[in-house]
Amino acid sequence: MMPLLIDIVSWALIAAGSAFVVIGAVGVVRMPDVYTRMHAASVSETLGAGLLVAGFILQAGFTLVTLKLLFILGLFFFTAPVVTHALAQAALHEDIEPVLSDDRRNDRATDTVAGQPEKTNARPSS
Amino acid sequence: MRQLSLGVMLFAFWLILSGHYTPMLVGIGLAATVLCVFVTYRMNSVDEETHPNHLFLSTFTYYPWLIWEITKSAWAVSKVIVNPKLPISPTMTVVGASQSTPNGIATYANSITLTPGTITVGVRGNELTVHALVSEGADDLEEGVMDARVSRFERGV
Repeated sequence: MMPLLIDIVSWALIAAGSAFVVIGAVGVVRMPDVYTRMHAASVSETLGAGLLVAGFILQAGFTLVTLKLLFILGLFFFTAPVVTHALAQAALHEDIEPVLSDDRRNDRATDTVAGQPEKTNARPSS
Repeated sequence: MRQLSLGVMLFAFWLILSGHYTPMLVGIGLAATVLCVFVTYRMNSVDEETHPNHLFLSTFTYYPWLIWEITKSAWAVSKVIVNPKLPISPTMTVVGASQSTPNGIATYANSITLTPGTITVGVRGNELTVHALVSEGADDLEEGVMDARVSRFERGV
């Protein structure tokens, strides 16, 4: 009885995780520009990956594989924001203007250039 | 003390990734751990910024809170994606970070990025430039609930 129950929960988690990965992928296609696409991708890499790994852990049981899976999840959660941030910074440095319906940068920044990336460090001055 | 906790973590890392518990391989792992701790000690590179072990206990309350926030906003972004009208209102804003250490600000910026629907695109001093998929996401950050939560995490409670 118990193994069946664990299998059902595990498969439900894996199916839900896959669904969120697909939703993230659909979002990447539907969104209008690079910044909004990153938001869609982060659905896949947080909730999608998290639910998938949770399902895998139930399949693995109390073994070393479970610890390794948790490690993979931890790796995701520490590297994903770094990569996303680097990508967004790179896009801003390349002067790719985000499609915005509301820009509050200049109203809220105490330093007038705080909202803009530092152009001086962006490219080698060749 | 910090060296000791670094050593314990490195050795645990070895044991988890190895999976072969013969005396020779565990011995090699122990030797590698000691060597790494010695080298980082000589380089003076282990301090409260690179190995923030004083934050270890507060992760047990912060991570569950963050995971719940991520789940909520991932659900919200998923609903936006599958909505045929694609009701997005991309917003750029600047939010203040009330944390006092570089680790605290990095934690706040990364938590914003990790939460679907908001991305930190720039950090200057105590001001983070944030891109939000819908304007409500920007409103929530300007309210500063997450900022206060990260500041509490940074103080170790």
